[in-house]
Amino acid sequence: MAAMTREETEALIQEVLEVYPEKAKKDRAKHLAVNDSSLEKANKCITSNRKSLPGVMTVRGCAYAGSKGVVWGPIKDMIHISHGPVGCGQYSRAGRRNYYVGTTGVNAFGTMNFTSDFKENDIVFGGDKKLSKIMLEIEQLFPLNKGISIQSECPIGLIGDDIEAVAKKAAKETGKPVVPVRCEGFRGVSQSLGHHIANDAIRDWVLENRDGDDSFQTTPYDVAVIGDYNIGGDAWASRTLLEEMGLRVVAQWSGDGTIAEIEKTPKVKLNLIHCYRSMNYIARHMEEKYSIPWIEYNFFGPTKIAESLRKIAALFDDTIKAGAERVIARYTAEYEAVIAKYKPRLEGKRVMLYIGGLRPRHVIGAYEDLGMEVVGTGYEFGHNDDYDRTIKEMGNATLLYDDVTGYEFEEFVKRVQPDLIGSGIKEKYIFQKMGVPFRQMHSWDYSGPYHGYDGFAIFARDMDMTINNPCWKNIKAPWKNQVANDEALKAVA
Amino acid sequence: MPSVMLRKREDGKLIFYVAKKDLEETIESIEFDSPDKWGGEVVLGDGSKYAFEILDAPPKIPLTLQAKRL
Ligand code: SF4
Repeated sequence: MAAMTREETEALIQEVLEVYPEKAKKDRAKHLAVNDSSLEKANKCITSNRKSLPGVMTVRGCAYAGSKGVVWGPIKDMIHISHGPVGCGQYSRAGRRNYYVGTTGVNAFGTMNFTSDFKENDIVFGGDKKLSKIMLEIEQLFPLNKGISIQSECPIGLIGDDIEAVAKKAAKETGKPVVPVRCEGFRGVSQSLGHHIANDAIRDWVLENRDGDDSFQTTPYDVAVIGDYNIGGDAWASRTLLEEMGLRVVAQWSGDGTIAEIEKTPKVKLNLIHCYRSMNYIARHMEEKYSIPWIEYNFFGPTKIAESLRKIAALFDDTIKAGAERVIARYTAEYEAVIAKYKPRLEGKRVMLYIGGLRPRHVIGAYEDLGMEVVGTGYEFGHNDDYDRTIKEMGNATLLYDDVTGYEFEEFVKRVQPDLIGSGIKEKYIFQKMGVPFRQMHSWDYSGPYHGYDGFAIFARDMDMTINNPCWKNIKAPWKNQVANDEALKAVA
Repeated sequence: MPSVMLRKREDGKLIFYVAKKDLEETIESIEFDSPDKWGGEVVLGDGSKYAFEILDAPPKIPLTLQAKRL
Protein backbone atom coordinates (compact mmCIF):
# COMPACT_ATOMS: atom_id res chain seq x y z
CA MET A 1 0.00 0.00 0.00
CA ALA A 2 1.24 3.45 -0.84
CA ALA A 3 1.94 5.99 1.88
CA MET A 4 -1.11 7.87 3.08
CA THR A 5 -1.44 11.59 2.56
CA ARG A 6 -2.15 13.99 5.38
CA GLU A 7 -5.81 14.27 4.32
CA GLU A 8 -6.25 10.52 4.17
CA THR A 9 -4.75 10.05 7.61
CA GLU A 10 -6.93 12.79 9.04
CA ALA A 11 -9.98 11.22 7.44
CA LEU A 12 -9.04 7.87 8.93
CA ILE A 13 -8.86 9.35 12.42
CA GLN A 14 -12.26 10.99 11.96
CA GLU A 15 -13.75 7.74 10.75
CA VAL A 16 -12.41 5.77 13.69
CA LEU A 17 -13.68 8.39 16.15
CA GLU A 18 -17.16 8.18 14.63
CA VAL A 19 -18.32 5.26 16.82
CA TYR A 20 -17.72 7.03 20.13
CA PRO A 21 -20.37 8.99 22.01
CA GLU A 22 -19.96 12.76 21.78
CA LYS A 23 -17.98 13.27 24.99
CA ALA A 24 -15.66 10.35 24.46
CA LYS A 25 -15.07 11.42 20.89
CA LYS A 26 -14.00 14.86 22.02
CA ASP A 27 -11.59 13.38 24.51
CA ARG A 28 -10.06 10.77 22.25
CA ALA A 29 -9.66 13.23 19.38
CA LYS A 30 -7.01 15.02 21.41
CA HIS A 31 -4.93 11.85 21.66
CA LEU A 32 -4.85 11.01 17.95
CA ALA A 33 -2.86 13.08 15.51
CA VAL A 34 -1.21 13.25 12.15
CA ASN A 35 2.48 13.94 12.54
CA ASP A 36 3.79 17.28 11.37
CA SER A 37 7.56 17.14 11.65
CA SER A 38 7.86 20.87 11.14
CA LEU A 39 6.33 21.51 14.58
CA GLU A 40 8.73 22.33 17.41
CA LYS A 41 6.39 21.32 20.21
CA ALA A 42 4.03 18.37 20.40
CA ASN A 43 1.42 20.00 22.60
CA LYS A 44 0.09 21.76 19.51
CA CYS A 45 -1.04 18.44 18.04
CA ILE A 46 -1.40 15.80 20.75
CA THR A 47 -2.38 15.46 24.40
CA SER A 48 -0.81 12.81 26.61
CA ASN A 49 -0.48 11.54 30.18
CA ARG A 50 -4.20 11.87 30.90
CA LYS A 51 -6.61 9.50 32.56
CA SER A 52 -7.85 6.73 30.25
CA LEU A 53 -11.55 6.81 29.42
CA PRO A 54 -13.74 4.49 31.43
CA GLY A 55 -15.30 1.86 29.21
CA VAL A 56 -12.57 1.54 26.63
CA MET A 57 -9.76 -0.95 26.76
CA THR A 58 -6.24 0.46 26.90
CA VAL A 59 -3.09 -1.38 27.89
CA ARG A 60 -1.63 0.71 30.67
CA GLY A 61 -0.26 -0.62 33.94
CA CYS A 62 -0.33 0.85 37.44
CA ALA A 63 2.13 2.82 39.56
CA TYR A 64 3.15 -0.34 41.40
CA ALA A 65 4.10 -1.88 38.06
CA GLY A 66 6.19 1.19 37.25
CA SER A 67 8.06 1.07 40.53
CA LYS A 68 8.40 -2.61 41.36
CA GLY A 69 8.34 -3.97 37.83
CA VAL A 70 10.45 -1.37 36.08
CA VAL A 71 12.71 0.68 38.32
CA TRP A 72 13.32 -1.30 41.51
CA GLY A 73 12.73 -4.90 40.44
CA PRO A 74 15.93 -5.31 38.41
CA ILE A 75 18.21 -4.28 41.31
CA LYS A 76 19.31 -7.81 41.87
CA ASP A 77 20.89 -7.93 45.29
CA MET A 78 17.95 -6.32 47.08
CA ILE A 79 14.74 -8.05 48.03
CA HIS A 80 11.66 -6.25 46.83
CA ILE A 81 8.59 -7.03 48.91
CA SER A 82 5.31 -6.72 47.05
CA HIS A 83 3.48 -5.40 50.06
CA GLY A 84 -0.20 -6.27 49.95
CA PRO A 85 -2.20 -9.15 48.46
CA VAL A 86 -0.35 -11.82 46.56
CA GLY A 87 -1.64 -11.25 43.03
CA CYS A 88 0.09 -8.02 41.98
CA GLY A 89 3.52 -9.54 42.46
CA GLN A 90 2.81 -13.10 41.44
CA TYR A 91 1.14 -12.32 38.12
CA SER A 92 3.99 -10.05 37.11
CA ARG A 93 6.77 -12.24 38.45
CA ALA A 94 9.85 -12.57 36.23
CA GLY A 95 7.89 -11.42 33.20
CA ARG A 96 10.20 -8.65 32.20
CA ARG A 97 13.30 -10.61 31.32
CA ASN A 98 15.85 -8.34 32.96
CA TYR A 99 18.84 -10.65 32.93
CA TYR A 100 21.36 -10.71 35.74
CA VAL A 101 24.36 -12.69 36.92
CA GLY A 102 24.21 -14.21 40.36
CA THR A 103 22.72 -17.21 42.10
CA THR A 104 19.01 -16.72 42.48
CA GLY A 105 17.90 -17.18 46.06
CA VAL A 106 21.43 -16.80 47.43
CA ASN A 107 22.90 -13.46 46.39
CA ALA A 108 20.46 -12.37 43.66
CA PHE A 109 16.69 -12.26 43.87
CA GLY A 110 15.49 -10.87 40.55
CA THR A 111 13.08 -13.57 39.43
CA MET A 112 11.68 -14.41 42.87
CA ASN A 113 8.44 -13.07 44.27
CA PHE A 114 8.39 -11.83 47.84
CA THR A 115 5.02 -10.76 49.14
CA SER A 116 3.33 -10.06 52.44
CA ASP A 117 0.24 -11.90 51.13
CA PHE A 118 -2.38 -9.70 52.77
CA LYS A 119 -5.53 -11.36 54.04
CA GLU A 120 -8.73 -9.85 55.41
CA ASN A 121 -7.19 -9.72 58.87
CA ASP A 122 -4.32 -7.55 57.71
CA ILE A 123 -6.67 -5.15 55.99
CA VAL A 124 -8.82 -4.82 59.12
CA PHE A 125 -6.08 -4.67 61.74
CA GLY A 126 -3.21 -3.25 59.66
CA GLY A 127 -0.17 -5.01 58.28
CA ASP A 128 2.75 -3.24 59.94
CA LYS A 129 3.46 -6.06 62.39
CA LYS A 130 3.42 -8.59 59.60
CA LEU A 131 5.83 -6.46 57.60
CA SER A 132 8.33 -6.30 60.48
CA LYS A 133 8.12 -10.03 60.85
CA ILE A 134 8.66 -10.63 57.14
CA MET A 135 11.81 -8.56 57.20
CA LEU A 136 13.21 -10.58 60.07
CA GLU A 137 12.42 -13.78 58.21
CA ILE A 138 14.14 -12.44 55.13
CA GLU A 139 17.27 -11.74 57.13
CA GLN A 140 17.30 -15.30 58.42
CA LEU A 141 16.54 -17.03 55.15
CA PHE A 142 18.48 -14.79 52.75
CA PRO A 143 21.35 -13.31 54.77
CA LEU A 144 23.23 -12.23 51.64
CA ASN A 145 20.60 -9.67 50.62
CA LYS A 146 21.96 -6.13 50.51
CA GLY A 147 18.75 -4.35 51.39
CA ILE A 148 14.99 -4.43 51.14
CA SER A 149 12.48 -2.28 49.31
CA ILE A 150 8.82 -2.23 50.27
CA GLN A 151 6.65 -1.81 47.20
CA SER A 152 3.17 -0.76 48.27
CA GLU A 153 0.17 -2.21 46.52
CA CYS A 154 -3.22 -0.48 46.54
CA PRO A 155 -4.51 -1.57 49.97
CA ILE A 156 -1.52 -0.12 51.83
CA GLY A 157 -2.48 3.42 50.92
CA LEU A 158 -6.14 2.75 51.60
CA ILE A 159 -5.71 1.42 55.14
CA GLY A 160 -3.02 3.96 55.99
CA ASP A 161 -0.22 1.69 57.21
CA ASP A 162 2.93 3.52 58.32
CA ILE A 163 5.51 1.63 56.31
CA GLU A 164 8.06 4.42 56.70
CA ALA A 165 8.25 3.82 60.45
CA VAL A 166 8.56 0.07 59.97
CA ALA A 167 11.29 0.60 57.39
CA LYS A 168 13.30 2.89 59.66
CA LYS A 169 13.09 0.41 62.50
CA ALA A 170 14.11 -2.52 60.31
CA ALA A 171 17.01 -0.57 58.81
CA LYS A 172 18.32 0.07 62.31
CA GLU A 173 18.05 -3.58 63.25
CA THR A 174 19.70 -5.00 60.14
CA GLY A 175 22.10 -2.19 59.31
CA LYS A 176 21.05 -2.42 55.65
CA PRO A 177 19.01 0.03 53.60
CA VAL A 178 15.27 -0.52 53.83
CA VAL A 179 13.32 1.63 51.41
CA PRO A 180 9.58 2.22 51.65
CA VAL A 181 8.05 3.09 48.29
CA ARG A 182 4.60 4.66 48.16
CA CYS A 183 3.75 3.34 44.72
CA GLU A 184 0.17 2.22 45.34
CA GLY A 185 -1.42 1.27 42.05
CA PHE A 186 -4.16 3.88 42.20
CA ARG A 187 -1.72 6.79 42.08
CA GLY A 188 -1.53 8.62 38.78
CA VAL A 189 -2.91 7.65 35.40
CA SER A 190 -0.41 4.97 34.42
CA GLN A 191 2.82 3.27 35.42
CA SER A 192 4.59 6.52 34.64
CA LEU A 193 3.90 8.04 38.04
CA GLY A 194 5.29 4.83 39.54
CA HIS A 195 8.61 5.56 37.82
CA HIS A 196 8.61 9.04 39.29
CA ILE A 197 7.77 7.79 42.79
CA ALA A 198 10.48 5.14 42.52
CA ASN A 199 13.02 7.78 41.42
CA ASP A 200 12.04 9.93 44.37
CA ALA A 201 12.43 6.99 46.74
CA ILE A 202 15.96 6.38 45.44
CA ARG A 203 16.67 10.08 45.88
CA ASP A 204 15.38 10.19 49.45
CA TRP A 205 16.53 6.83 50.80
CA VAL A 206 19.59 5.66 48.86
CA LEU A 207 21.41 8.28 46.84
CA GLU A 208 22.92 10.16 49.78
CA ASN A 209 24.28 7.08 51.50
CA ARG A 210 27.88 7.75 50.48
CA ASP A 211 27.91 11.52 50.56
CA GLY A 212 31.10 12.64 52.29
CA ASP A 213 32.74 9.24 51.80
CA ASP A 214 35.59 9.56 49.32
CA SER A 215 37.03 6.07 49.62
CA PHE A 216 35.76 5.17 46.15
CA GLN A 217 38.57 5.72 43.63
CA THR A 218 37.22 7.76 40.75
CA THR A 219 38.63 8.36 37.27
CA PRO A 220 37.87 11.16 34.79
CA TYR A 221 36.08 8.61 32.61
CA ASP A 222 33.43 7.37 35.05
CA VAL A 223 29.90 7.19 33.69
CA ALA A 224 26.63 5.62 34.78
CA VAL A 225 24.21 3.92 32.43
CA ILE A 226 20.76 5.04 33.51
CA GLY A 227 17.48 3.60 32.30
CA ASP A 228 18.76 0.38 30.75
CA TYR A 229 16.93 -2.59 32.21
CA ASN A 230 18.99 -5.30 30.55
CA ILE A 231 16.04 -6.84 28.74
CA GLY A 232 17.48 -9.94 27.13
CA GLY A 233 20.96 -8.59 27.92
CA ASP A 234 20.59 -5.08 26.46
CA ALA A 235 22.71 -3.36 29.09
CA TRP A 236 25.57 -5.78 28.55
CA ALA A 237 25.55 -5.14 24.81
CA SER A 238 25.64 -1.40 25.52
CA ARG A 239 28.23 -1.53 28.24
CA THR A 240 30.82 -3.28 26.08
CA LEU A 241 30.71 -0.42 23.57
CA LEU A 242 31.17 2.22 26.24
CA GLU A 243 34.02 0.34 27.84
CA GLU A 244 35.67 -0.28 24.50
CA MET A 245 35.79 3.44 23.81
CA GLY A 246 37.61 3.96 27.10
CA LEU A 247 34.88 4.90 29.57
CA ARG A 248 34.40 3.21 32.90
CA VAL A 249 30.83 2.17 33.61
CA VAL A 250 30.42 2.55 37.34
CA ALA A 251 26.73 1.79 37.61
CA GLN A 252 23.93 0.18 35.70
CA TRP A 253 20.48 1.51 36.53
CA SER A 254 18.94 -0.82 37.04
CA GLY A 255 19.30 -3.90 34.81
CA ASP A 256 21.81 -6.28 36.40
CA GLY A 257 22.40 -3.47 38.89
CA THR A 258 23.21 -3.51 42.58
CA ILE A 259 22.48 -1.13 45.40
CA ALA A 260 26.20 -0.44 45.79
CA GLU A 261 26.34 0.82 42.21
CA ILE A 262 23.42 3.11 42.83
CA GLU A 263 25.08 4.53 45.93
CA LYS A 264 28.25 5.21 43.95
CA THR A 265 26.50 7.02 41.11
CA PRO A 266 26.83 10.52 42.62
CA LYS A 267 30.59 10.14 42.08
CA VAL A 268 30.46 9.75 38.28
CA LYS A 269 31.31 12.41 35.72
CA LEU A 270 28.39 11.90 33.35
CA ASN A 271 25.01 10.20 33.44
CA LEU A 272 23.94 8.48 30.24
CA ILE A 273 20.18 8.22 29.95
CA HIS A 274 18.68 5.55 27.75
CA CYS A 275 15.11 5.35 29.01
CA TYR A 276 14.36 9.02 29.45
CA ARG A 277 10.77 8.45 30.51
CA SER A 278 11.45 6.31 33.56
CA MET A 279 14.64 7.87 34.91
CA ASN A 280 15.01 11.46 33.78
CA TYR A 281 13.85 12.58 37.21
CA ILE A 282 16.84 11.19 39.05
CA ALA A 283 19.24 12.48 36.38
CA ARG A 284 17.82 15.97 36.77
CA HIS A 285 18.17 15.66 40.53
CA MET A 286 21.80 14.56 40.31
CA GLU A 287 22.53 17.41 37.92
CA GLU A 288 21.21 19.88 40.44
CA LYS A 289 22.64 18.35 43.59
CA TYR A 290 25.95 16.88 42.43
CA SER A 291 26.49 18.91 39.22
CA ILE A 292 26.61 15.76 37.11
CA PRO A 293 25.53 16.53 33.56
CA TRP A 294 23.36 14.03 31.72
CA ILE A 295 22.63 13.28 28.09
CA GLU A 296 20.17 11.06 26.29
CA TYR A 297 21.54 8.46 23.92
CA ASN A 298 20.14 5.78 21.64
CA PHE A 299 21.76 2.40 21.02
CA PHE A 300 19.24 0.99 18.53
CA GLY A 301 20.68 0.51 15.04
CA PRO A 302 24.12 1.54 13.69
CA THR A 303 23.16 5.06 12.60
CA LYS A 304 21.91 6.05 16.03
CA ILE A 305 24.70 4.16 17.81
CA ALA A 306 27.40 6.04 15.91
CA GLU A 307 25.58 9.33 16.49
CA SER A 308 25.31 8.59 20.22
CA LEU A 309 28.89 7.39 20.63
CA ARG A 310 30.15 10.61 19.06
CA LYS A 311 27.78 12.72 21.16
CA ILE A 312 29.02 11.05 24.34
CA ALA A 313 32.68 11.28 23.29
CA ALA A 314 32.34 15.00 22.57
CA LEU A 315 32.00 15.57 26.31
CA PHE A 316 35.36 13.93 27.03
CA ASP A 317 38.96 14.41 25.89
CA ASP A 318 40.64 13.26 22.70
CA THR A 319 41.43 9.72 23.87
CA ILE A 320 37.71 9.03 24.23
CA LYS A 321 36.92 10.75 20.95
CA ALA A 322 39.50 8.54 19.24
CA GLY A 323 38.04 5.60 21.15
CA ALA A 324 34.58 6.26 19.78
CA GLU A 325 35.88 6.35 16.22
CA ARG A 326 37.80 3.14 16.85
CA VAL A 327 34.66 1.38 18.11
CA ILE A 328 32.61 2.54 15.14
CA ALA A 329 35.32 1.47 12.71
CA ARG A 330 35.69 -1.88 14.38
CA TYR A 331 32.05 -2.80 13.97
CA THR A 332 31.49 -1.26 10.54
CA ALA A 333 32.19 -4.42 8.56
CA GLU A 334 29.99 -6.40 10.91
CA TYR A 335 26.90 -4.22 10.68
CA GLU A 336 27.33 -3.61 6.98
CA ALA A 337 27.18 -7.36 6.49
CA VAL A 338 23.96 -7.48 8.53
CA ILE A 339 22.41 -4.74 6.43
CA ALA A 340 23.60 -6.37 3.19
CA LYS A 341 21.97 -9.61 4.21
CA TYR A 342 18.62 -8.36 5.54
CA LYS A 343 17.92 -5.09 3.79
CA PRO A 344 16.98 -6.73 0.48
CA ARG A 345 14.48 -8.90 2.36
CA LEU A 346 13.00 -6.07 4.43
CA GLU A 347 13.29 -2.98 2.25
CA GLY A 348 10.11 -0.94 1.98
CA LYS A 349 8.23 -2.86 4.67
CA ARG A 350 5.99 -0.69 6.80
CA VAL A 351 5.84 -0.90 10.57
CA MET A 352 3.38 0.28 13.20
CA LEU A 353 4.57 0.57 16.79
CA TYR A 354 2.79 0.94 20.06
CA ILE A 355 5.04 0.62 23.07
CA GLY A 356 5.71 2.14 26.48
CA GLY A 357 7.53 5.39 26.99
CA LEU A 358 10.79 5.32 25.04
CA ARG A 359 10.96 2.77 22.27
CA PRO A 360 8.18 4.26 20.12
CA ARG A 361 10.80 6.80 19.06
CA HIS A 362 14.08 5.05 19.85
CA VAL A 363 13.69 2.03 17.57
CA ILE A 364 12.71 4.05 14.50
CA GLY A 365 16.36 4.48 13.47
CA ALA A 366 17.02 0.74 13.63
CA TYR A 367 14.09 0.05 11.29
CA GLU A 368 15.28 2.74 8.93
CA ASP A 369 18.75 1.21 8.85
CA LEU A 370 17.08 -1.90 7.43
CA GLY A 371 15.22 0.12 4.82
CA MET A 372 11.91 -0.14 6.64
CA GLU A 373 9.52 2.68 7.38
CA VAL A 374 7.62 3.40 10.59
CA VAL A 375 4.17 4.61 9.57
CA GLY A 376 2.51 4.87 12.96
CA THR A 377 3.69 5.11 16.52
CA GLY A 378 2.33 5.81 19.97
CA TYR A 379 3.04 5.65 23.66
CA GLU A 380 1.17 3.86 26.41
CA PHE A 381 2.31 6.37 29.00
CA GLY A 382 4.49 8.94 27.24
CA HIS A 383 4.33 12.57 28.29
CA ASN A 384 4.48 15.78 26.35
CA ASP A 385 8.27 15.83 26.36
CA ASP A 386 8.30 12.38 24.76
CA TYR A 387 6.10 13.51 21.89
CA ASP A 388 8.31 16.60 21.49
CA ARG A 389 11.16 14.22 20.82
CA THR A 390 9.06 11.98 18.57
CA ILE A 391 7.72 14.39 15.98
CA LYS A 392 11.21 14.96 14.62
CA GLU A 393 11.91 11.24 14.27
CA MET A 394 8.71 10.36 12.44
CA GLY A 395 7.89 11.01 8.80
CA ASN A 396 5.36 13.64 7.86
CA ALA A 397 1.69 12.64 7.81
CA THR A 398 2.30 9.44 9.79
CA LEU A 399 -0.10 8.44 12.55
CA LEU A 400 0.46 9.26 16.21
CA TYR A 401 -1.76 7.66 18.83
CA ASP A 402 -1.53 8.19 22.56
CA ASP A 403 -2.89 5.62 25.03
CA VAL A 404 -4.62 3.97 22.08
CA THR A 405 -7.71 1.86 22.72
CA GLY A 406 -8.02 -1.70 21.45
CA TYR A 407 -10.70 -0.67 19.01
CA GLU A 408 -8.73 2.25 17.55
CA PHE A 409 -5.56 0.22 17.14
CA GLU A 410 -7.38 -2.57 15.29
CA GLU A 411 -9.12 -0.13 12.97
CA PHE A 412 -5.89 1.71 12.22
CA VAL A 413 -4.18 -1.55 11.37
CA LYS A 414 -7.01 -2.66 9.09
CA ARG A 415 -6.71 0.53 7.09
CA VAL A 416 -2.98 1.22 7.15
CA GLN A 417 -2.14 -2.46 6.54
CA PRO A 418 1.39 -2.48 7.92
CA ASP A 419 3.75 -5.36 7.20
CA LEU A 420 4.73 -5.59 10.85
CA ILE A 421 3.39 -4.49 14.21
CA GLY A 422 5.64 -4.04 17.21
CA SER A 423 3.79 -3.93 20.50
CA GLY A 424 3.15 -6.03 23.61
CA ILE A 425 1.81 -9.40 24.64
CA LYS A 426 -1.75 -8.12 25.02
CA GLU A 427 -1.84 -7.07 21.38
CA LYS A 428 0.12 -9.97 19.96
CA TYR A 429 -2.51 -12.62 19.43
CA ILE A 430 -5.21 -10.27 18.17
CA PHE A 431 -3.00 -9.11 15.34
CA GLN A 432 -1.50 -12.50 14.60
CA LYS A 433 -5.01 -13.85 14.19
CA MET A 434 -5.73 -10.99 11.83
CA GLY A 435 -2.79 -12.30 9.82
CA VAL A 436 -0.37 -9.44 10.50
CA PRO A 437 3.22 -10.31 11.42
CA PHE A 438 3.91 -9.22 14.98
CA ARG A 439 6.90 -8.76 17.29
CA GLN A 440 6.72 -8.03 20.98
CA MET A 441 8.79 -4.92 21.51
CA HIS A 442 8.72 -4.91 25.32
CA SER A 443 10.25 -8.32 25.95
CA TRP A 444 11.88 -8.64 22.50
CA ASP A 445 9.60 -11.67 22.05
CA TYR A 446 11.89 -13.75 24.28
CA SER A 447 14.90 -12.84 22.12
CA GLY A 448 17.41 -10.02 22.42
CA PRO A 449 19.53 -8.14 23.18
CA TYR A 450 18.58 -5.44 20.67
CA HIS A 451 20.90 -2.69 21.96
CA GLY A 452 24.35 -2.10 20.50
CA TYR A 453 25.93 -3.52 17.36
CA ASP A 454 25.57 -7.10 18.57
CA GLY A 455 21.93 -6.45 19.30
CA PHE A 456 21.31 -4.98 15.88
CA ALA A 457 22.27 -8.26 14.22
CA ILE A 458 19.71 -10.08 16.37
CA PHE A 459 17.10 -7.40 15.75
CA ALA A 460 17.52 -7.69 11.98
CA ARG A 461 17.32 -11.47 12.07
CA ASP A 462 14.19 -11.40 14.23
CA MET A 463 12.38 -8.92 12.03
CA ASP A 464 13.20 -10.96 8.93
CA MET A 465 12.18 -14.20 10.60
CA THR A 466 8.82 -12.69 11.53
CA ILE A 467 7.91 -10.80 8.38
CA ASN A 468 9.13 -13.40 5.90
CA ASN A 469 7.79 -16.36 7.82
CA PRO A 470 5.96 -18.72 5.42
CA CYS A 471 3.11 -19.13 7.90
CA TRP A 472 1.51 -15.83 6.89
CA LYS A 473 0.63 -17.33 3.51
CA ASN A 474 -1.36 -20.03 5.27
CA ILE A 475 -3.54 -17.76 7.36
CA LYS A 476 -6.52 -18.35 5.07
CA ALA A 477 -8.05 -21.81 5.21
CA PRO A 478 -6.91 -23.70 2.12
CA TRP A 479 -10.46 -24.27 0.80
CA LYS A 480 -11.11 -20.52 0.94
CA ASN A 481 -8.08 -19.80 -1.15
CA GLN A 482 -9.38 -19.45 -4.72
CA VAL A 483 -6.05 -19.77 -6.47
CA ALA A 484 -4.99 -22.86 -4.58
CA ASN A 485 -8.39 -24.42 -5.26
CA ASP A 486 -8.21 -23.88 -8.96
CA GLU A 487 -4.76 -25.41 -9.06
CA ALA A 488 -5.87 -28.41 -7.04
CA LEU A 489 -8.81 -28.95 -9.39
CA LYS A 490 -6.49 -28.78 -12.34
CA ALA A 491 -4.20 -31.31 -10.70
CA VAL A 492 -7.12 -33.72 -10.14
CA ALA A 493 -8.36 -33.31 -13.67
CA MET B 1 3.52 28.42 42.60
CA PRO B 2 5.06 25.55 40.69
CA SER B 3 8.58 24.35 41.43
CA VAL B 4 10.64 24.94 38.35
CA MET B 5 13.85 23.18 37.53
CA LEU B 6 16.21 25.31 35.50
CA ARG B 7 18.97 23.80 33.41
CA LYS B 8 21.17 24.77 30.51
CA ARG B 9 20.65 22.96 27.24
CA GLU B 10 23.64 21.93 25.11
CA ASP B 11 23.14 25.02 22.95
CA GLY B 12 23.28 27.32 25.98
CA LYS B 13 19.57 28.07 26.18
CA LEU B 14 17.88 27.92 29.57
CA ILE B 15 15.27 25.19 29.96
CA PHE B 16 12.27 25.69 32.20
CA TYR B 17 10.98 22.35 33.44
CA VAL B 18 7.96 21.67 35.63
CA ALA B 19 7.73 17.94 36.37
CA LYS B 20 4.17 18.05 37.65
CA LYS B 21 2.93 19.67 34.47
CA ASP B 22 5.16 17.92 31.92
CA LEU B 23 6.23 21.33 30.86
CA GLU B 24 9.65 21.55 29.26
CA GLU B 25 10.15 24.87 27.51
CA THR B 26 12.97 27.17 26.54
CA ILE B 27 13.22 30.55 28.24
CA GLU B 28 13.09 33.15 25.52
CA SER B 29 13.59 36.24 27.63
CA ILE B 30 14.21 37.16 31.23
CA GLU B 31 13.55 40.57 32.72
CA PHE B 32 16.79 40.99 34.68
CA ASP B 33 19.96 39.14 33.79
CA SER B 34 22.96 41.11 34.97
CA PRO B 35 25.70 40.33 37.52
CA ASP B 36 23.89 42.22 40.29
CA LYS B 37 20.27 41.51 39.47
CA TRP B 38 18.57 38.38 38.19
CA GLY B 39 15.01 37.19 37.82
CA GLY B 40 11.66 38.84 37.29
CA GLU B 41 9.37 38.06 34.44
CA VAL B 42 10.29 35.30 31.99
CA VAL B 43 8.68 34.48 28.66
CA LEU B 44 8.74 30.86 27.53
CA GLY B 45 8.94 29.35 24.08
CA ASP B 46 5.20 28.72 24.02
CA GLY B 47 4.47 32.35 24.93
CA SER B 48 3.40 31.76 28.54
CA LYS B 49 4.76 34.04 31.23
CA TYR B 50 6.10 33.29 34.71
CA ALA B 51 7.87 35.37 37.31
CA PHE B 52 10.81 34.52 39.55
CA GLU B 53 11.73 36.42 42.63
CA ILE B 54 14.44 38.95 41.93
CA LEU B 55 17.85 37.82 43.21
CA ASP B 56 20.94 40.00 43.64
CA ALA B 57 23.17 37.63 41.64
CA PRO B 58 22.58 35.10 38.85
CA PRO B 59 22.06 31.69 40.51
CA LYS B 60 24.15 28.63 39.87
CA ILE B 61 22.27 26.51 37.35
CA PRO B 62 20.90 23.77 37.49
CA LEU B 63 18.58 24.82 40.24
CA THR B 64 15.02 24.42 41.46
CA LEU B 65 13.16 27.67 42.07
CA GLN B 66 9.60 28.72 42.75
CA ALA B 67 7.90 30.65 39.99
CA LYS B 68 4.59 32.42 39.79
CA ARG B 69 2.40 31.98 36.76
CA LEU B 70 1.38 35.31 35.25
S1 SF4 C 1 -3.59 -1.45 40.57
FE1 SF4 C 1 -3.26 -1.99 42.73
S2 SF4 C 1 -4.15 -4.03 42.95
FE2 SF4 C 1 -3.83 -3.68 40.75
S3 SF4 C 1 -1.78 -4.55 40.30
FE3 SF4 C 1 -1.53 -2.36 40.74
S4 SF4 C 1 -1.03 -2.33 42.95
FE4 SF4 C 1 -1.97 -4.32 42.53
